[in-house]
Amino acid sequence: MTIDTGRSDNLADLLRTNTAALTARWVEVAAATLRGRLTTAELERELAELYNALLAGVDSGSRDVAAEPYAELRALLTDMSRRRARTGFSPSETAVTVYALKQAVFELIDNDAVEGGLREVVAFSRLLDAFGLQTFESYAKAREEVIDEQAEQLLELTTPVVKLWDGVLAVPLVGTLDSARTQVVMEKLLEALVTTGAAHAIIDITGVLAVDTQVAQHLLKTVMAARLMGAECTISGIRPHIAQTIVALGIEFGDITTKSSLADALRHALRRSGVEFTAAERRR
Amino acid sequence: MSAVERIPILKIGDVLLASIQVDLQDRDVLALQEDLAEKITATGAHGVVLDISAVDIVDSFIGRMFATIAATSRLFDAHTVVVGMRPAVAITLVELGLTLGEVRTALDLEKGLAILAELGERAPR
Amino acid sequence: MTAAREDIPIAADEDVVRVRQIVRSFAQRAKLSLVDQTKLVTATSELARNTLTYGGGGAAVVELLGEGRRQGVRASFQDSGPGIPDTALALTDGWTSGRGMGLGLSGARRLVDEFDLDTEVGRGTTVTVVKWSR
Repeated sequence: MTIDTGRSDNLADLLRTNTAALTARWVEVAAATLRGRLTTAELERELAELYNALLAGVDSGSRDVAAEPYAELRALLTDMSRRRARTGFSPSETAVTVYALKQAVFELIDNDAVEGGLREVVAFSRLLDAFGLQTFESYAKAREEVIDEQAEQLLELTTPVVKLWDGVLAVPLVGTLDSARTQVVMEKLLEALVTTGAAHAIIDITGVLAVDTQVAQHLLKTVMAARLMGAECTISGIRPHIAQTIVALGIEFGDITTKSSLADALRHALRRSGVEFTAAERRR
Repeated sequence: MSAVERIPILKIGDVLLASIQVDLQDRDVLALQEDLAEKITATGAHGVVLDISAVDIVDSFIGRMFATIAATSRLFDAHTVVVGMRPAVAITLVELGLTLGEVRTALDLEKGLAILAELGERAPR
Repeated sequence: MTAAREDIPIAADEDVVRVRQIVRSFAQRAKLSLVDQTKLVTATSELARNTLTYGGGGAAVVELLGEGRRQGVRASFQDSGPGIPDTALALTDGWTSGRGMGLGLSGARRLVDEFDLDTEVGRGTTVTVVKWSR
């Protein structure tokens, strides 16, 4: 059905009169690049929506992607892009979906030359290029959010507070300690002291590859905060090169108890809480 | 001007217990210091427990109160234990650079009382 | 919507408590972590007391800040007191000219992300602090 808007807009006319054929071909071309990860029905629904929004925009006579008539299309593309970013599609795959419409339209033009010719084609091509780029941007943003979330989850996962004995908690730290992670550890450990009523805590850094001044300061502050709360905190497993770093950085460990291994730290904590090692000590 | 908030001081055996449940104004802090000193002399208590588990901030003024109460009670041969300090408060105090001097601390009331009992045994009167 | 800014006169002891409570509610609205809330409230408690004790009273302004994805709280404390003759000395740990442990200014600075001290002898002092959500 052709509605005479009174304007001569070849592109809008072309898109409107060929809606069915173009969307069908668009779906076909786009599906080829997605290797069956979306069902045809899903893709049809998604692209039909985009197509209608595009048509509405083109119909306004504007060819400026940032203009108001394209607001709905921009929103739809952002949505699609975020959805795909979260389900693991690559940004090119998402952009290619948009570019697939170009192919569909160009094929049609080949078959059935448009009046007005090249200028319209170039304008339309530029329009779609811009929308394709927009999906890239939305994609990158969505991925950044995913990365942030994962970083946070990782932080939670990598800092378990475990109970070693009645009244003795430990946090085995592994990997690279940065300031943010150390702070999380500090807060989790102190919270655990309150909830469990444990009066001893051990921070084991055997698995820690390096510490900088800030991290060392955080560890010290944790020990001091635990002390203020009425608990004793031992640091165990300081590797030789980390010990050298600490000395080189001029960090004062003061009267903080350090033990070479987690086992020594546990023995120390148990002694302090009045547990005696009779059999084990005699055998040594 | 609102009235001075007086923190109730309970006596359990020979230990005095003050549980701080409100956001303290500076003059409430001073009032508590005075009340405790009076009560220690009146009862001959050998220990003071300050329960701050409901306190969500300790600034340098309140921190100094702990140290002052501890120092004052030492003059009457009593020890002071601060119990129930929240983690966020402890982290903040460390950052602030505040040390509590000769104030002992414990995770909870039970452990606080145990510390006082131990200190009492070590120095029999 | 609650206001994004609050002005609090500081003339008596209980105003210090009010500053703490208002700063706490702003810190919660800015989604600061519990530890960061506590740090900010403690810092502003020190500063409000300074305004009262050394500045002879004044006013606090607490504001909610938004910048991209992070939010923050700004608190500034203004008095028309004697001012601070030696700011470097005033920011040194352990230095005090009155009650307190001499940790007021230097301690408050360590507890916040941004700290600005503006003082003139005979005119007064303004201290502004900001804490951002992580």
